[in-house]
Amino acid sequence: MDYDPMSPIWLQVVNRIKGSIATGAIGPGEKLPGGRDMAVQFSINPNTAARVYQELERAGLCETRRGMGTYVTGDAARIAQLRTQMAADAAGRYLRDLRILGLSRADAIRLLSEKEENENA
Amino acid sequence: MLESRELTKKFGAKTAVDRVSLKLEAGHIYAMLGPNGSGKTTWMKMAAGLIKPTAGDVLFAGSPVGIASRRDVAYMSTEPYFYLWMTVEDAGKYYADFFEDFSMERFLSMLRSMDLNEKDKIKNLSSGMVAKMKIALTLARDAKVYMLDEPFNGIDLLARDEIRTAILHAAVPEKLLLLSSHLVEEMEAIADRAIFIRMGKLIEVRDLEEMRETDGVSMADRYRAIFGHGEVQA
Repeated sequence: MDYDPMSPIWLQVVNRIKGSIATGAIGPGEKLPGGRDMAVQFSINPNTAARVYQELERAGLCETRRGMGTYVTGDAARIAQLRTQMAADAAGRYLRDLRILGLSRADAIRLLSEKEENENA
Repeated sequence: MLESRELTKKFGAKTAVDRVSLKLEAGHIYAMLGPNGSGKTTWMKMAAGLIKPTAGDVLFAGSPVGIASRRDVAYMSTEPYFYLWMTVEDAGKYYADFFEDFSMERFLSMLRSMDLNEKDKIKNLSSGMVAKMKIALTLARDAKVYMLDEPFNGIDLLARDEIRTAILHAAVPEKLLLLSSHLVEEMEAIADRAIFIRMGKLIEVRDLEEMRETDGVSMADRYRAIFGHGEVQA
């Protein structure tokens, strides 16, 4: 199974789809699979799939057009905001990990630029 | 949609199912869990109207199960009951004779999606292929309740994925699915409710996403907590 069975599966699927929207793997205005197709595609219960759409709509990331299906928002500003939010979350995780190791903010920044230079070298 | 009230079955001195009261609703996939011999199969067979309760009753849509409800309740047993000389297609025809809601078209389309050939003789199939065929036979019926007893047993990883997909295709809001298995992990993401049964007694029915959200535990964790360590078989 590709899910952590100890935390809600709807949340894990929402995060994966958010990631796809943020990276553009699913483009703005793109049609998403119907609830049942999504259940099959992600191998999840159909009620879980319904919850996924509810949450994505609540977050303003997709909209359901009556009788036509569910589409990713065409609102570029909302998608940019999602990207910013996900980047901030990633930065937060990075800082938290370094703090656990006893490193300072300055260390964090230095490590980050060193890492980037090494990768580009 | 399917309800058991104080349902009891005794085999001689042994009580296989002990006053189980349970209400199952359409639009859900239930996982029925418990170690071997906890009464899952016996409960299902009574719900399918195949064996008579010692006491209590089972209602389908408010009426006692029996000959009439067998049309609406499709049950896949663990026992193999196919003649070895039959081809997969013959098994379909056999089912079509028995059940008027059986769709040969749906059966053949499911066989194709699960990589089975209808011209193959059953005696030449691997155990995984027989398992897939049995699932296809059961789900090709247009029943309201599907009860699958141990659909993942003795089946390799890839075939398990195909079976999960077939089950999810069948799970439309107006239908009720009940899966029994001790392969708990296989059902974590596809079931939304779990029924825990121990030694014939109902322990509890849980909503799985709610349980993950409030208690941070998986279905397998709950299984271990109820039945003790060492009983989850992978």
